[in-house]
Amino acid sequence: MKYISEFRQQDLAQQLSRAIVQTVDPDRHYRLMEFCGGHTHAIFRYGVQDLMPDNVEFIHGPGCPVCVLPTGRIDNAIQLAERPDVILCTYADLMRVPATGRNSLLKAKAGGSDIRMIYSTQDALKIARENPDKQVVFFAIGFETTTPPTAVAIKQAQAEGLANFSVFCNHVLTPAAMQAILDAPQPVAIDAFLGPSHVSTVIGSWPYEIFAERYAKPIVIAGFEPLDVMQSALMLIRQLNEGRHEVENEYSRAVTRQGNQKAQALVNEVFELRPQFEWRGLGLIADSALKLKAGYADFDAEQRFNMPAIQASDVKGCECPAILRGAKKPQDCKLLGTVCTPENPMGSCMVSSEGACAAYWSYGRVRG
Amino acid sequence: MPNSYTTKLNTATGKVDLSHGGGGRAMAQLIDELFIKHFDNDLLRQRNDQALFTVPAGRLVISTDGHVISPLFFPGGDIGSLAVHGTVNDVAMSGAKPLYLAAGFILEEGFPLADLEKIVISMAAAAKRSGTPVVTGDTKVVERGKGDGVFITTTGVGIVPEGVNISGDRAQPGCAILLSGSIGDHGVAIMAGRENLQFDTTIVSDSAALNSLVADMVAAAPADIHCLRDPTRGGLATALNELAQQSGVGMIIDETQIPIKSEVKAACEILGLDPLYVANEGKLVCICTADAAESLLAVMRQHPLGRDAAIIGEVISDEHGFVQMTTAFGGRRIVDWPVGEQLPRIC
Repeated sequence: MKYISEFRQQDLAQQLSRAIVQTVDPDRHYRLMEFCGGHTHAIFRYGVQDLMPDNVEFIHGPGCPVCVLPTGRIDNAIQLAERPDVILCTYADLMRVPATGRNSLLKAKAGGSDIRMIYSTQDALKIARENPDKQVVFFAIGFETTTPPTAVAIKQAQAEGLANFSVFCNHVLTPAAMQAILDAPQPVAIDAFLGPSHVSTVIGSWPYEIFAERYAKPIVIAGFEPLDVMQSALMLIRQLNEGRHEVENEYSRAVTRQGNQKAQALVNEVFELRPQFEWRGLGLIADSALKLKAGYADFDAEQRFNMPAIQASDVKGCECPAILRGAKKPQDCKLLGTVCTPENPMGSCMVSSEGACAAYWSYGRVRG
Repeated sequence: MPNSYTTKLNTATGKVDLSHGGGGRAMAQLIDELFIKHFDNDLLRQRNDQALFTVPAGRLVISTDGHVISPLFFPGGDIGSLAVHGTVNDVAMSGAKPLYLAAGFILEEGFPLADLEKIVISMAAAAKRSGTPVVTGDTKVVERGKGDGVFITTTGVGIVPEGVNISGDRAQPGCAILLSGSIGDHGVAIMAGRENLQFDTTIVSDSAALNSLVADMVAAAPADIHCLRDPTRGGLATALNELAQQSGVGMIIDETQIPIKSEVKAACEILGLDPLYVANEGKLVCICTADAAESLLAVMRQHPLGRDAAIIGEVISDEHGFVQMTTAFGGRRIVDWPVGEQLPRIC
């Protein structure tokens, strides 16, 4: 398959593996945080760790949008879906995320709520057009990658006068999360970052430059294919060996320094910063999420339905928060595999295929 | 003497109504002019509530399968042919020769008789091709909104030849794992047919009756085949996990040996699916002694439904019962049970 299989070739993987073994300093331990769930998934799915020397450790980062969404926001969505006049549209990943009281969107759907799994924001608009007597709410989540399509949908709805459409906005920002990890009161030992790939196609690589500079951490923008991950790891190891800390771009086939400025303009037109937003694992982070601008407030579900802020607590013993910060690994959690499994997730990291716990449980357990 | 009706069943523009399940003349006419007409065989023509036949002495197998697929018509098949293949294959996976089928139809009020006839014709053709006539059946009609067009349950019986002992709990360390052909075709074809997923593909379902392939395999190596399983819902990954659990063993498969069509790979890539978990309706997994693997593979490749057969791995001892895979990338991972459905209602 053109442009996919090229980035999964075994012979190249072996070459890279040898290059990494030759490059690492055997007396040093390398702690590389792969920021995105997409990286985590690739590492486990393709068995990348098997091709790395023992002293190169991947620390799983918070870049899984489903994982960082706090329980209260899922509770909000369920409350909304329970209204008889509402059709809630959501990406499928969110369906099984645990809400308060062992609830989930999947269970709410079984209980009679009209919840539709969609593949794109355009599907939500279509549902809104076809159901003029219903309120159609799109449960918008994701980092900068999924924000532009939400902006497009909102602008389209405004242009069409689609008054029964609104967006429950949970879009969050990657650099803010990276900053929160680096500024944590008890920071996790991280030597370098594999930087976001799809997010960076939109925002570019420049927003990370400040972290490379101020925190002296090498960052390599890394694609999601397994060869991308290995190549990026090699680039980070070289930077560490040479004492450099720069932003380098391994994913140059898709990412530029400036990013997709058209998409950025669209996002800036529709959205503005929230003063703060709660992240699972990272707590309240200032300027870390988006909300609809005043000019689009008519399409803001939080305002239309007067949605309350819900403070919900996570399941006791669930280590998702520490795992999302990189402070713990899935196998450090006592719930893993005992009460928390993909079939019966206690925390969000066990739900999404990008979640560290799900990736570890589904692909990596054999290593013990 | 067959009933005579004043007007013929309107299979052009007519619709199923509640009287077609009511036990009266309308139902008798539906049975006569649709089901008996197309399924046509001596046992059915007797118009009894059951089919009576003689079986040779030996071991009889029985299996049943409900079919609720959406969409009803898809590239490479429809619910009718699928209802035959699904049950014929379940019977055949014991090594048996399937003999007869029974079919139960649940029809929704308002369902077009033209579509029903298309389904029945396709089902009759599939039954004929596989040599397993539909010899008895049942029809019920449910009110509009209480079904989804048509649901079909089929039950099949078959005879297991002497000396054949095939069961999901017989996988043993050292056994070879064979796969009869490319995976994921059915699931991707169904998805392409869904209205909310707009992509065009040339992929057609692999829906097929596997009994003649099984017959060839069983004839060639009756005692060497330990397990057979058709990897339907949940795909290859699920079938292997089921067998590993039933037998209390582990497995190791080699990703590079698993045949997958490039169109299927591409579609899975776009939709974020893993082809290992995508459904098949015309493939089988065979676990056999290592010594017989090569010759059995040759037998499979001689058959049109096993042309792309491959040895994909081996059974190992593993107290955890893990199915592991050496990835094409050169690493290793678990191939776990699927979580929930990748897709709703694909068979």
